[in-house]
Amino acid sequence: MILQADRGRRVIRLVAVVLLILVLPFSALAADLPELTGRVVDNAGIIDAATKTVLTQKLADFETKGSDQIVVATIPSLDGEEIEPYANRLFRFWKLGQAKENNGVLLLVAPNDRKMRIEVGYGLEGTLTDLHTKLIIENDMVPAFRAGDFSGGIEKAVDDMIMVLEGNPEELEARGERNQQAPFNSDDLFFAVFISIWAIIFFGSIAVSVLPPIFGQKLGPGRYRWLGMTFEPNRRSPRGGWSSGSSGGGWSSGGGGGGFSGGGGSSGGGGSSGSW
Amino acid sequence: MFAQRLASPSMFRTLPAFLVMAIVLPLLAGCGYNTIPTAEENARAAWSEVLNQYQRRADLIPNLVETVKGYASHEKDTLDAVVEARAKATQITVTPETLKDPEALKKFQDAQAGLTSALSRLIAVSEAYPDLKANQNFLALQAQLEGTENRIAVARRDYIQAVRDYNLTLKTFPSVLWATFWFRSNEPFANFTVDEDKMQPPKVDFGTKQGG
Repeated sequence: MILQADRGRRVIRLVAVVLLILVLPFSALAADLPELTGRVVDNAGIIDAATKTVLTQKLADFETKGSDQIVVATIPSLDGEEIEPYANRLFRFWKLGQAKENNGVLLLVAPNDRKMRIEVGYGLEGTLTDLHTKLIIENDMVPAFRAGDFSGGIEKAVDDMIMVLEGNPEELEARGERNQQAPFNSDDLFFAVFISIWAIIFFGSIAVSVLPPIFGQKLGPGRYRWLGMTFEPNRRSPRGGWSSGSSGGGWSSGGGGGGFSGGGGSSGGGGSSGSW
Repeated sequence: MFAQRLASPSMFRTLPAFLVMAIVLPLLAGCGYNTIPTAEENARAAWSEVLNQYQRRADLIPNLVETVKGYASHEKDTLDAVVEARAKATQITVTPETLKDPEALKKFQDAQAGLTSALSRLIAVSEAYPDLKANQNFLALQAQLEGTENRIAVARRDYIQAVRDYNLTLKTFPSVLWATFWFRSNEPFANFTVDEDKMQPPKVDFGTKQGG
Protein backbone atom coordinates (compact mmCIF):
# COMPACT_ATOMS: atom_id res chain seq x y z
CA MET A 1 0.00 0.00 0.00
CA ILE A 2 2.75 2.37 1.01
CA LEU A 3 4.76 1.27 -1.99
CA GLN A 4 1.88 2.11 -4.27
CA ALA A 5 1.45 5.57 -2.82
CA ASP A 6 5.16 6.11 -3.21
CA ARG A 7 5.02 5.12 -6.86
CA GLY A 8 2.06 7.38 -7.40
CA ARG A 9 3.99 10.25 -5.90
CA ARG A 10 6.94 9.47 -8.15
CA VAL A 11 4.74 9.54 -11.25
CA ILE A 12 3.28 12.86 -10.17
CA ARG A 13 6.77 14.23 -9.65
CA LEU A 14 7.82 12.97 -13.09
CA VAL A 15 4.83 14.61 -14.72
CA ALA A 16 5.54 17.83 -12.85
CA VAL A 17 9.15 17.78 -14.04
CA VAL A 18 8.10 17.19 -17.64
CA LEU A 19 5.60 20.04 -17.42
CA LEU A 20 8.24 22.27 -15.93
CA ILE A 21 10.69 21.40 -18.72
CA LEU A 22 8.01 22.17 -21.28
CA VAL A 23 6.98 25.46 -19.73
CA LEU A 24 10.34 26.81 -18.59
CA PRO A 25 11.90 27.77 -21.96
CA PHE A 26 8.86 29.79 -22.90
CA SER A 27 8.63 31.74 -19.70
CA ALA A 28 12.39 32.28 -19.64
CA LEU A 29 12.35 33.55 -23.19
CA ALA A 30 9.34 35.74 -22.74
CA ALA A 31 10.58 37.33 -19.56
CA ASP A 32 13.42 39.49 -20.83
CA LEU A 33 12.09 40.39 -24.27
CA PRO A 34 10.16 43.61 -24.83
CA GLU A 35 6.51 43.67 -25.84
CA LEU A 36 5.55 44.31 -29.43
CA THR A 37 3.59 47.46 -28.76
CA GLY A 38 3.60 48.80 -32.31
CA ARG A 39 5.69 49.10 -35.44
CA VAL A 40 8.12 51.35 -33.62
CA VAL A 41 9.07 50.01 -30.19
CA ASP A 42 11.29 52.70 -28.76
CA ASN A 43 12.21 51.31 -25.37
CA ALA A 44 15.50 53.19 -25.30
CA GLY A 45 13.70 56.48 -25.96
CA ILE A 46 15.97 57.70 -28.74
CA ILE A 47 13.39 58.40 -31.45
CA ASP A 48 11.50 61.69 -31.23
CA ALA A 49 7.71 61.67 -31.28
CA ALA A 50 7.32 63.23 -34.73
CA THR A 51 9.63 60.70 -36.37
CA LYS A 52 7.87 57.90 -34.56
CA THR A 53 4.51 58.92 -35.98
CA VAL A 54 5.95 59.29 -39.48
CA LEU A 55 7.70 55.92 -39.29
CA THR A 56 4.65 54.11 -37.96
CA GLN A 57 2.52 55.49 -40.77
CA LYS A 58 5.15 54.70 -43.38
CA LEU A 59 5.56 51.13 -42.18
CA ALA A 60 1.80 50.59 -41.97
CA ASP A 61 1.39 51.85 -45.54
CA PHE A 62 4.19 49.62 -46.69
CA GLU A 63 2.62 46.58 -45.11
CA THR A 64 -0.69 47.16 -46.88
CA LYS A 65 1.21 47.28 -50.17
CA GLY A 66 3.18 44.07 -50.00
CA SER A 67 2.36 42.50 -46.62
CA ASP A 68 6.00 42.89 -45.54
CA GLN A 69 6.30 43.73 -41.87
CA ILE A 70 9.13 46.05 -40.90
CA VAL A 71 9.54 46.81 -37.22
CA VAL A 72 11.92 49.28 -35.62
CA ALA A 73 12.99 48.41 -32.08
CA THR A 74 15.36 50.10 -29.70
CA ILE A 75 16.47 48.63 -26.38
CA PRO A 76 18.66 50.42 -23.87
CA SER A 77 21.10 47.56 -23.37
CA LEU A 78 21.76 44.01 -24.51
CA ASP A 79 22.88 42.96 -21.00
CA GLY A 80 26.04 41.40 -22.30
CA GLU A 81 24.41 39.31 -25.00
CA GLU A 82 25.61 39.51 -28.60
CA ILE A 83 23.22 41.46 -30.79
CA GLU A 84 22.83 38.70 -33.38
CA PRO A 85 21.29 36.02 -31.14
CA TYR A 86 19.23 38.66 -29.34
CA ALA A 87 17.82 40.03 -32.60
CA ASN A 88 17.00 36.54 -33.80
CA ARG A 89 15.29 35.69 -30.54
CA LEU A 90 13.29 38.91 -30.62
CA PHE A 91 12.36 38.39 -34.27
CA ARG A 92 11.08 34.89 -33.57
CA PHE A 93 9.32 35.99 -30.40
CA TRP A 94 7.46 38.71 -32.28
CA LYS A 95 6.91 36.46 -35.31
CA LEU A 96 7.43 39.25 -37.81
CA GLY A 97 6.25 38.73 -41.36
CA GLN A 98 3.41 36.61 -42.72
CA ALA A 99 3.53 32.96 -41.71
CA LYS A 100 3.86 31.58 -45.22
CA GLU A 101 6.16 34.31 -46.55
CA ASN A 102 8.43 34.97 -43.57
CA ASN A 103 8.68 38.51 -44.91
CA GLY A 104 9.57 40.44 -41.80
CA VAL A 105 12.44 42.80 -41.11
CA LEU A 106 13.63 43.88 -37.67
CA LEU A 107 15.78 46.97 -37.25
CA LEU A 108 17.27 46.78 -33.78
CA VAL A 109 19.34 49.49 -32.10
CA ALA A 110 21.02 49.13 -28.71
CA PRO A 111 22.42 52.59 -27.90
CA ASN A 112 24.32 51.65 -24.73
CA ASP A 113 26.19 48.91 -26.56
CA ARG A 114 26.55 51.16 -29.61
CA LYS A 115 25.31 48.33 -31.82
CA MET A 116 22.64 47.92 -34.43
CA ARG A 117 21.35 45.08 -36.54
CA ILE A 118 18.97 44.56 -39.42
CA GLU A 119 17.53 41.07 -39.12
CA VAL A 120 15.84 39.83 -42.28
CA GLY A 121 13.23 37.04 -42.39
CA TYR A 122 13.76 33.94 -44.53
CA GLY A 123 11.43 35.19 -47.24
CA LEU A 124 13.19 38.50 -47.88
CA GLU A 125 16.77 37.26 -47.80
CA GLY A 126 16.87 37.19 -51.59
CA THR A 127 15.65 40.79 -52.01
CA LEU A 128 17.11 42.58 -49.02
CA THR A 129 20.45 40.81 -49.09
CA ASP A 130 23.15 40.82 -46.45
CA LEU A 131 25.09 43.32 -48.55
CA HIS A 132 22.12 45.68 -48.78
CA THR A 133 21.66 45.67 -45.05
CA LYS A 134 25.39 46.11 -44.50
CA LEU A 135 25.44 49.13 -46.81
CA ILE A 136 22.35 50.62 -45.17
CA ILE A 137 23.96 50.26 -41.76
CA GLU A 138 27.33 51.64 -42.82
CA ASN A 139 26.07 54.48 -45.01
CA ASP A 140 22.81 55.58 -43.39
CA MET A 141 22.96 54.74 -39.75
CA VAL A 142 26.58 54.84 -38.65
CA PRO A 143 27.30 58.44 -39.75
CA ALA A 144 24.00 59.75 -38.36
CA PHE A 145 24.41 57.86 -35.10
CA ARG A 146 27.94 59.17 -34.69
CA ALA A 147 26.50 62.65 -34.98
CA GLY A 148 23.91 61.75 -32.35
CA ASP A 149 21.00 61.86 -34.78
CA PHE A 150 19.21 58.59 -34.03
CA SER A 151 15.85 59.60 -35.49
CA GLY A 152 17.39 60.74 -38.77
CA GLY A 153 19.56 57.66 -39.16
CA ILE A 154 16.73 55.26 -38.44
CA GLU A 155 14.35 57.08 -40.77
CA LYS A 156 16.88 57.02 -43.58
CA ALA A 157 17.55 53.33 -43.01
CA VAL A 158 13.83 52.56 -43.12
CA ASP A 159 13.45 54.58 -46.32
CA ASP A 160 16.29 52.69 -47.95
CA MET A 161 15.00 49.31 -46.84
CA ILE A 162 11.60 50.12 -48.32
CA MET A 163 13.34 51.32 -51.48
CA VAL A 164 15.25 48.04 -51.80
CA LEU A 165 12.14 45.97 -51.16
CA GLU A 166 10.19 48.04 -53.68
CA GLY A 167 13.05 47.57 -56.16
CA ASN A 168 11.51 44.23 -57.00
CA PRO A 169 8.00 45.50 -57.66
CA GLU A 170 6.53 42.38 -59.31
CA GLU A 171 7.50 40.21 -56.42
CA LEU A 172 6.26 42.74 -53.89
CA GLU A 173 2.91 42.95 -55.64
CA ALA A 174 2.58 39.19 -55.86
CA ARG A 175 3.36 38.92 -52.16
CA GLY A 176 0.76 41.53 -51.39
CA GLU A 177 -1.87 39.74 -53.44
CA ARG A 178 -1.12 36.40 -51.88
CA ASN A 179 -1.62 37.90 -48.45
CA GLN A 180 -4.47 40.25 -49.17
CA GLN A 181 -6.87 38.16 -47.13
CA ALA A 182 -4.41 38.08 -44.29
CA PRO A 183 -6.96 39.32 -41.71
CA PHE A 184 -9.43 36.72 -43.00
CA ASN A 185 -7.31 33.63 -43.23
CA SER A 186 -8.87 30.21 -42.94
CA ASP A 187 -8.35 29.98 -39.19
CA ASP A 188 -10.21 33.22 -38.65
CA LEU A 189 -12.97 32.14 -41.00
CA PHE A 190 -13.39 28.88 -39.14
CA PHE A 191 -13.44 30.77 -35.87
CA ALA A 192 -16.03 33.22 -37.20
CA VAL A 193 -18.29 30.41 -38.42
CA PHE A 194 -17.94 28.61 -35.12
CA ILE A 195 -18.73 31.77 -33.17
CA SER A 196 -21.72 32.63 -35.30
CA ILE A 197 -23.20 29.13 -34.98
CA TRP A 198 -22.64 29.30 -31.26
CA ALA A 199 -24.18 32.76 -31.12
CA ILE A 200 -27.23 31.62 -33.07
CA ILE A 201 -27.80 28.73 -30.70
CA PHE A 202 -27.09 30.77 -27.60
CA PHE A 203 -28.87 33.99 -28.41
CA GLY A 204 -31.57 32.17 -30.36
CA SER A 205 -32.72 30.46 -27.22
CA ILE A 206 -32.73 33.74 -25.36
CA ALA A 207 -34.61 35.41 -28.18
CA VAL A 208 -37.16 32.60 -28.22
CA SER A 209 -37.80 33.10 -24.53
CA VAL A 210 -37.74 36.89 -24.47
CA LEU A 211 -39.04 38.24 -27.75
CA PRO A 212 -42.42 36.50 -28.14
CA PRO A 213 -43.75 37.80 -24.80
CA ILE A 214 -42.80 41.32 -25.91
CA PHE A 215 -43.80 41.35 -29.57
CA GLY A 216 -46.11 38.37 -29.82
CA GLN A 217 -49.76 37.78 -29.23
CA LYS A 218 -50.74 36.16 -25.98
CA LEU A 219 -52.61 32.91 -26.46
CA GLY A 220 -52.71 31.72 -22.87
CA PRO A 221 -50.48 31.43 -19.80
CA GLY A 222 -46.93 31.04 -21.13
CA ARG A 223 -48.06 30.66 -24.76
CA TYR A 224 -47.46 33.34 -27.34
CA ARG A 225 -47.96 33.61 -31.07
CA TRP A 226 -45.29 35.53 -32.98
CA LEU A 227 -44.28 35.55 -36.66
CA GLY A 228 -46.82 32.86 -37.37
CA MET A 229 -45.39 30.42 -34.80
CA THR A 230 -46.46 29.43 -31.34
CA PHE A 231 -43.83 29.81 -28.59
CA GLU A 232 -43.95 28.29 -25.16
CA PRO A 233 -40.80 29.62 -23.51
CA ASN A 234 -41.73 28.55 -20.00
CA ARG A 235 -42.51 24.96 -20.80
CA ARG A 236 -38.88 23.92 -20.29
CA SER A 237 -37.18 23.94 -16.94
CA PRO A 238 -37.42 27.24 -15.10
CA ARG A 239 -33.68 27.87 -15.52
CA GLY A 240 -34.10 28.40 -19.27
CA GLY A 241 -32.06 30.73 -21.42
CA TRP A 242 -31.42 33.29 -18.74
CA SER A 243 -29.39 31.41 -16.19
CA SER A 244 -26.91 30.27 -18.84
CA GLY A 245 -26.45 33.87 -19.84
CA SER A 246 -23.67 34.19 -17.30
CA SER A 247 -21.39 32.13 -19.52
CA GLY A 248 -21.50 34.77 -22.22
CA GLY A 249 -18.42 36.56 -20.87
CA GLY A 250 -16.25 35.20 -23.68
CA TRP A 251 -17.21 38.05 -25.96
CA SER A 252 -14.78 40.49 -24.48
CA SER A 253 -11.89 38.54 -26.05
CA GLY A 254 -12.85 40.00 -29.43
CA GLY A 255 -11.51 43.38 -28.36
CA GLY A 256 -7.83 42.44 -28.73
CA GLY A 257 -7.65 42.99 -32.48
CA GLY A 258 -6.87 46.69 -32.40
CA GLY A 259 -3.08 46.60 -32.06
CA PHE A 260 -0.33 45.47 -34.34
CA SER A 261 0.98 41.94 -34.14
CA GLY A 262 3.38 39.72 -36.02
CA GLY A 263 1.99 37.52 -38.77
CA GLY A 264 3.80 34.33 -37.74
CA GLY A 265 7.01 34.69 -39.75
CA SER A 266 10.47 33.55 -38.76
CA SER A 267 14.08 34.36 -39.46
CA GLY A 268 17.15 32.23 -39.94
CA GLY A 269 19.66 34.92 -39.12
CA GLY A 270 19.77 36.86 -42.40
CA GLY A 271 20.86 40.48 -42.50
CA SER A 272 23.86 42.09 -40.89
CA SER A 273 24.98 44.06 -37.89
CA GLY A 274 27.17 47.03 -37.24
CA SER A 275 28.42 49.31 -34.53
CA TRP A 276 29.26 52.96 -34.19
CA MET B 1 -19.51 -14.01 -57.48
CA PHE B 2 -19.67 -10.70 -55.70
CA ALA B 3 -22.65 -11.72 -53.63
CA GLN B 4 -20.90 -14.94 -52.80
CA ARG B 5 -17.88 -13.12 -51.52
CA LEU B 6 -20.04 -10.76 -49.53
CA ALA B 7 -21.69 -13.64 -47.83
CA SER B 8 -18.51 -15.62 -47.29
CA PRO B 9 -17.54 -16.13 -43.65
CA SER B 10 -14.05 -14.66 -44.18
CA MET B 11 -15.67 -11.32 -44.83
CA PHE B 12 -17.35 -11.42 -41.47
CA ARG B 13 -14.10 -12.36 -39.87
CA THR B 14 -12.17 -9.44 -41.35
CA LEU B 15 -14.88 -6.86 -40.80
CA PRO B 16 -14.30 -6.54 -37.04
CA ALA B 17 -10.58 -6.26 -37.71
CA PHE B 18 -11.24 -3.33 -40.01
CA LEU B 19 -13.48 -1.73 -37.47
CA VAL B 20 -10.88 -2.16 -34.77
CA MET B 21 -8.24 -0.63 -37.05
CA ALA B 22 -10.52 2.30 -37.84
CA ILE B 23 -11.01 2.97 -34.16
CA VAL B 24 -7.52 2.19 -32.93
CA LEU B 25 -5.44 4.04 -35.55
CA PRO B 26 -6.70 7.54 -34.70
CA LEU B 27 -6.37 6.63 -31.04
CA LEU B 28 -2.72 5.80 -31.60
CA ALA B 29 -2.12 9.30 -32.95
CA GLY B 30 -3.94 10.71 -29.96
CA CYS B 31 -1.80 8.69 -27.57
CA GLY B 32 1.39 10.25 -28.84
CA TYR B 33 2.45 7.60 -31.32
CA ASN B 34 3.53 10.43 -33.60
CA THR B 35 5.61 12.27 -31.02
CA ILE B 36 8.86 10.41 -31.57
CA PRO B 37 8.86 10.30 -35.39
CA THR B 38 7.87 13.98 -35.52
CA ALA B 39 10.67 15.03 -33.21
CA GLU B 40 13.10 12.84 -35.13
CA GLU B 41 12.18 14.38 -38.46
CA ASN B 42 12.42 17.88 -36.98
CA ALA B 43 15.92 17.13 -35.77
CA ARG B 44 16.91 15.77 -39.19
CA ALA B 45 15.48 18.84 -40.91
CA ALA B 46 17.39 21.08 -38.52
CA TRP B 47 20.56 19.16 -39.33
CA SER B 48 19.95 19.61 -43.07
CA GLU B 49 19.77 23.33 -42.47
CA VAL B 50 23.09 23.22 -40.61
CA LEU B 51 24.68 21.36 -43.53
CA ASN B 52 23.08 23.77 -45.96
CA GLN B 53 24.58 26.81 -44.26
CA TYR B 54 28.02 25.24 -43.93
CA GLN B 55 27.85 24.39 -47.61
CA ARG B 56 26.95 27.98 -48.40
CA ARG B 57 30.02 29.11 -46.54
CA ALA B 58 32.19 26.62 -48.43
CA ASP B 59 30.76 27.93 -51.70
CA LEU B 60 31.69 31.51 -50.85
CA ILE B 61 35.31 30.71 -50.11
CA PRO B 62 36.84 30.18 -53.61
CA ASN B 63 35.57 33.60 -54.64
CA LEU B 64 36.89 35.20 -51.49
CA VAL B 65 40.30 33.59 -51.88
CA GLU B 66 40.53 34.77 -55.50
CA THR B 67 39.65 38.33 -54.51
CA VAL B 68 42.15 38.45 -51.68
CA LYS B 69 44.84 36.91 -53.92
CA GLY B 70 44.50 39.84 -56.29
CA TYR B 71 45.55 42.31 -53.59
CA ALA B 72 47.52 40.32 -51.08
CA SER B 73 49.20 37.59 -53.08
CA HIS B 74 52.10 37.24 -50.67
CA GLU B 75 49.82 36.17 -47.81
CA LYS B 76 50.25 32.74 -49.33
CA ASP B 77 50.32 30.84 -46.06
CA THR B 78 47.03 32.24 -44.86
CA LEU B 79 45.38 31.68 -48.23
CA ASP B 80 46.65 28.12 -48.45
CA ALA B 81 45.46 27.42 -44.94
CA VAL B 82 41.94 28.49 -45.90
CA VAL B 83 41.93 26.39 -49.07
CA GLU B 84 43.22 23.40 -47.15
CA ALA B 85 40.75 23.80 -44.31
CA ARG B 86 37.94 24.11 -46.82
CA ALA B 87 38.99 20.93 -48.60
CA LYS B 88 39.10 19.11 -45.29
CA ALA B 89 35.72 20.45 -44.19
CA THR B 90 33.94 19.58 -47.43
CA GLN B 91 35.28 16.02 -47.33
CA ILE B 92 33.48 15.23 -44.11
CA THR B 93 29.75 15.25 -44.36
CA VAL B 94 27.38 13.85 -41.80
CA THR B 95 24.15 12.84 -43.48
CA PRO B 96 20.96 13.11 -41.46
CA GLU B 97 20.88 9.29 -41.45
CA THR B 98 24.14 8.94 -39.55
CA LEU B 99 23.45 11.52 -36.88
CA LYS B 100 23.51 8.89 -34.15
CA ASP B 101 27.29 8.67 -34.37
CA PRO B 102 28.89 11.16 -31.99
CA GLU B 103 32.34 10.43 -33.44
CA ALA B 104 31.31 11.49 -36.93
CA LEU B 105 29.70 14.64 -35.60
CA LYS B 106 32.83 15.44 -33.63
CA LYS B 107 34.99 15.07 -36.74
CA PHE B 108 32.64 17.24 -38.74
CA GLN B 109 32.59 19.82 -36.00
CA ASP B 110 36.36 19.94 -35.74
CA ALA B 111 36.81 20.32 -39.49
CA GLN B 112 34.32 23.18 -39.62
CA ALA B 113 35.91 24.84 -36.60
CA GLY B 114 39.27 24.62 -38.39
CA LEU B 115 37.79 26.38 -41.38
CA THR B 116 36.25 29.05 -39.15
CA SER B 117 39.58 29.90 -37.57
CA ALA B 118 41.44 29.87 -40.92
CA LEU B 119 38.81 32.21 -42.32
CA SER B 120 38.97 34.64 -39.44
CA ARG B 121 42.75 34.74 -39.84
CA LEU B 122 42.34 35.59 -43.51
CA ILE B 123 39.90 38.37 -42.72
CA ALA B 124 42.19 39.73 -40.01
CA VAL B 125 45.13 39.71 -42.40
CA SER B 126 43.16 41.50 -45.09
CA GLU B 127 42.71 44.42 -42.71
CA ALA B 128 46.25 45.47 -43.61
CA TYR B 129 45.33 46.11 -47.25
CA PRO B 130 43.31 49.31 -47.70
CA ASP B 131 42.86 48.68 -51.44
CA LEU B 132 41.39 45.28 -50.73
CA LYS B 133 39.09 46.67 -48.08
CA ALA B 134 37.80 49.27 -50.52
CA ASN B 135 37.13 46.63 -53.18
CA GLN B 136 33.39 46.28 -53.80
CA ASN B 137 33.62 42.59 -54.46
CA PHE B 138 35.46 42.03 -51.20
CA LEU B 139 32.90 44.07 -49.33
CA ALA B 140 30.09 42.00 -50.80
CA LEU B 141 31.84 38.74 -49.99
CA GLN B 142 32.57 39.94 -46.49
CA ALA B 143 28.93 40.84 -45.89
CA GLN B 144 27.80 37.48 -47.25
CA LEU B 145 30.33 35.58 -45.20
CA GLU B 146 29.33 37.46 -42.09
CA GLY B 147 25.68 36.70 -42.79
CA THR B 148 26.46 33.05 -43.40
CA GLU B 149 28.40 32.73 -40.18
CA ASN B 150 25.38 34.10 -38.36
CA ARG B 151 23.03 31.75 -40.20
CA ILE B 152 25.28 28.88 -39.21
CA ALA B 153 24.99 30.01 -35.60
CA VAL B 154 21.20 30.14 -35.85
CA ALA B 155 21.02 26.76 -37.61
CA ARG B 156 23.24 25.22 -34.94
CA ARG B 157 21.09 26.65 -32.18
CA ASP B 158 17.95 25.30 -33.85
CA TYR B 159 19.60 21.92 -34.26
CA ILE B 160 20.65 21.83 -30.61
CA GLN B 161 17.07 22.61 -29.61
CA ALA B 162 15.55 20.07 -32.01
CA VAL B 163 17.89 17.30 -30.84
CA ARG B 164 17.18 18.15 -27.23
CA ASP B 165 13.46 17.85 -27.93
CA TYR B 166 13.94 14.54 -29.75
CA ASN B 167 16.22 13.02 -27.14
CA LEU B 168 13.77 14.16 -24.50
CA THR B 169 10.92 12.27 -26.17
CA LEU B 170 13.01 9.09 -25.95
CA LYS B 171 13.54 9.55 -22.24
CA THR B 172 10.47 11.19 -20.82
CA PHE B 173 6.98 10.02 -20.06
CA PRO B 174 4.70 9.33 -21.87
CA SER B 175 6.64 9.04 -25.10
CA VAL B 176 9.24 6.82 -23.42
CA LEU B 177 6.58 4.08 -23.49
CA TRP B 178 6.49 4.27 -27.26
CA ALA B 179 10.26 4.31 -27.35
CA THR B 180 10.52 1.10 -25.31
CA PHE B 181 7.67 -0.82 -26.91
CA TRP B 182 7.68 0.32 -30.50
CA PHE B 183 10.57 2.57 -31.60
CA ARG B 184 13.27 0.37 -30.13
CA SER B 185 15.75 1.13 -32.90
CA ASN B 186 15.54 4.86 -32.28
CA GLU B 187 18.66 6.17 -30.64
CA PRO B 188 19.38 9.64 -29.30
CA PHE B 189 21.10 11.97 -31.75
CA ALA B 190 24.51 13.41 -31.09
CA ASN B 191 24.45 17.09 -30.29
CA PHE B 192 26.91 19.94 -30.48
CA THR B 193 28.62 20.27 -27.16
CA VAL B 194 28.09 23.50 -25.33
CA ASP B 195 31.80 23.71 -24.65
CA GLU B 196 32.67 23.75 -28.29
CA ASP B 197 30.06 26.41 -28.85
CA LYS B 198 31.64 28.67 -26.30
CA MET B 199 35.17 28.00 -27.52
CA GLN B 200 34.26 28.93 -31.03
CA PRO B 201 32.22 32.10 -31.16
CA PRO B 202 29.66 31.80 -33.93
CA LYS B 203 30.49 35.16 -35.42
CA VAL B 204 33.63 36.13 -37.24
CA ASP B 205 34.28 39.66 -36.18
CA PHE B 206 35.60 41.33 -39.27
CA GLY B 207 38.44 43.47 -38.16
CA THR B 208 36.71 45.60 -35.59
CA LYS B 209 38.05 43.47 -32.76
CA GLN B 210 40.81 41.25 -34.11
CA GLY B 211 42.54 43.27 -36.78
CA GLY B 212 41.88 46.75 -35.47
